[in-house]
Amino acid sequence: MKKLLIALMTTTAAFSLAASAEAADKLKACWVYTGPIGDFGYSYQHDQGRLEVEKALGDKVETAYLENVSEGPDADRAFERLAREGCKIIFGTSFGFMDPEVKVAKKFPKVMFEHATGYKTGDNLGIYNARFYEGRYVLGQIAAKESKAGVAGYIVSFPIPEVVMGINSFMLGAQSINPNFKAKIVWVNSWFDPGKEADAAKALFDQGADIVVQHTDSTAALQVAEERKLHGFGQSSDMIKFAPNAALTSLTDEWGPYYISRVQAALDGTWKPDNVWLGIKDGAVKLAPFTNMPDDVKAMAEATAKKIAGGWNPFTGPIAKQDGTPWLKDGEVADDGTLLGMNFYVKGVDDKLPQ
Amino acid sequence: MDITVNILLTIATAATPLLIAAIGELVVERSGVLNLGVEGMMIMGAVGGFGATYLTGSPWIGLLAAIAMGAVFSLLFAVMTLSLATNQVATGLSLTLLGLGLSGMMGTSFVGQPGERLPNLDIPGLTSIPVIGRLLFGQDPIFYISIALTAAVMWFLFKTRTGLTLRSIGDSHTSAHALGIHVIRYRYLAVIFGGACAGLAGGHLSLVYTPQWVENMTAGRGWIALALVVFASWRPWRVLAGAYIFGAVWIGQLHAQAFGIPVPSQFLSSLPYLATVVVLVLISRNKRLTMMNTPASLGQPFVPDR
Repeated sequence: MKKLLIALMTTTAAFSLAASAEAADKLKACWVYTGPIGDFGYSYQHDQGRLEVEKALGDKVETAYLENVSEGPDADRAFERLAREGCKIIFGTSFGFMDPEVKVAKKFPKVMFEHATGYKTGDNLGIYNARFYEGRYVLGQIAAKESKAGVAGYIVSFPIPEVVMGINSFMLGAQSINPNFKAKIVWVNSWFDPGKEADAAKALFDQGADIVVQHTDSTAALQVAEERKLHGFGQSSDMIKFAPNAALTSLTDEWGPYYISRVQAALDGTWKPDNVWLGIKDGAVKLAPFTNMPDDVKAMAEATAKKIAGGWNPFTGPIAKQDGTPWLKDGEVADDGTLLGMNFYVKGVDDKLPQ
Repeated sequence: MDITVNILLTIATAATPLLIAAIGELVVERSGVLNLGVEGMMIMGAVGGFGATYLTGSPWIGLLAAIAMGAVFSLLFAVMTLSLATNQVATGLSLTLLGLGLSGMMGTSFVGQPGERLPNLDIPGLTSIPVIGRLLFGQDPIFYISIALTAAVMWFLFKTRTGLTLRSIGDSHTSAHALGIHVIRYRYLAVIFGGACAGLAGGHLSLVYTPQWVENMTAGRGWIALALVVFASWRPWRVLAGAYIFGAVWIGQLHAQAFGIPVPSQFLSSLPYLATVVVLVLISRNKRLTMMNTPASLGQPFVPDR
């Protein structure tokens, strides 16, 4: 009996050794997405980044991903499963994965964790984000120039800082062109439901908006704009194909270069938890070609994008809060901490922030 | 006036897929079978409809493909639960999971491809009548199918002999069997009809509502359809009313938000579901009426010689 046990133990030991030797050759990098990779939006773009890693680092890496992981307790299991399956570096790509990732990262100190769009870090948990608000400022300017009614419809998902920041930046951009510009805001309480997004777009157009902006992930709103012969902006990926006559530009995410650099660092053994916030100048936030607008608007948009890439921050004072109290003094620039925790509107936003 | 018409049209578009899927499921449940796979059959219809349109260029072929896809997929459920007498709840749930996964796999190459929209009805002279023209003569073809389908099912269930037989099977399959009625055959046909309806509802999503293919695009509409059947206490006209109330509350809250009514949006978004719960509570207060309408053998497997 004892012999059998020893024999059994040695075989399992040999097996696990073989498995780890194989794993050592290749670094396993893993991703967790909240949506389906076929959403042609947010999760799709992250997955494009993963594919770029595979292409750039070739047989030095092995990648894996879990899609459609709901934010919240369910995410714990997703991260834990990947960590147990031998993933050495894990990217969590949605705000709601923050707490689960913090928890799982503590359990697996040897695994490298990265979380997008959150604010909690740890010894083996870095954070990364993109300054989407930079692009939204440009969208605001274009909207103010192109809207005849002076009213934009804004479809949003959840009242998290990321989204609030986007609304504020959009409004600041629009007001820099037309101080009386208004945005009607509709919360659909979902990141991804094409039907709901289309309904919201129809409701906004019916109430007089003639341009639609979204902080949700599908192409549905833009398709409604195309049908109604009005305008809109694409989100996450270039959506021009869905609305050749309606799309003004798309605010796209390019995660590839960042992912490649981080996985490379993990391969070299130089990976350290980081806190990066990439913008237009890093190429992480991109505006798709400006279309369906006159040349002067296009030139203006390009100039603004260039100015932001040069280091100018759309959140530069003087800016007042929604109720009129001053927030930033003339020339004062908002610090990243305030922006990442943003829970108030700037002046001119016509909505009550859900708390 | 224009805005009212637009709102009504939006409500009709939102209600149509719910109505079609729910009417199909109603017939299935009236025959005594509980198919929880509506969401799965719907998404298969959506991918089938989009795929066929994409490959052939004709949304009409897409429409037929959506119906066929839902029907074929439901056949899987029928074989499992009717011929092999598996548990209906578990089989239905797995049908949903399978559909969501399979459709995602089948649809990979359609992601990011713009679709073709099924054209709206346009009758010269009639569609251009102010107000009622667009409402009555200018909607998408599936809208008209959904209304006709509701009327047809109502007539079939309560005015025809076959409908009566179907309902009797739903109430007591053993008695029906003893009378010499082919229980399994009836149920097969009912399940396939339900699948075809769910497929058509999915086709509405990918061909009319939002002409595109994205994974999970049904986003829970199959489950709402299932709830509507109970909400309607298994009566077709109440399904129609339920679908439209649900659509109206949903679109209404979007308009309330855009209008700037200071009510928390989370509350407004939950209103349609809240309304469903309230109606369910009200309906179930009358025990006798509920018992009378619920198919008595709903969800029970039937093996003829057991």
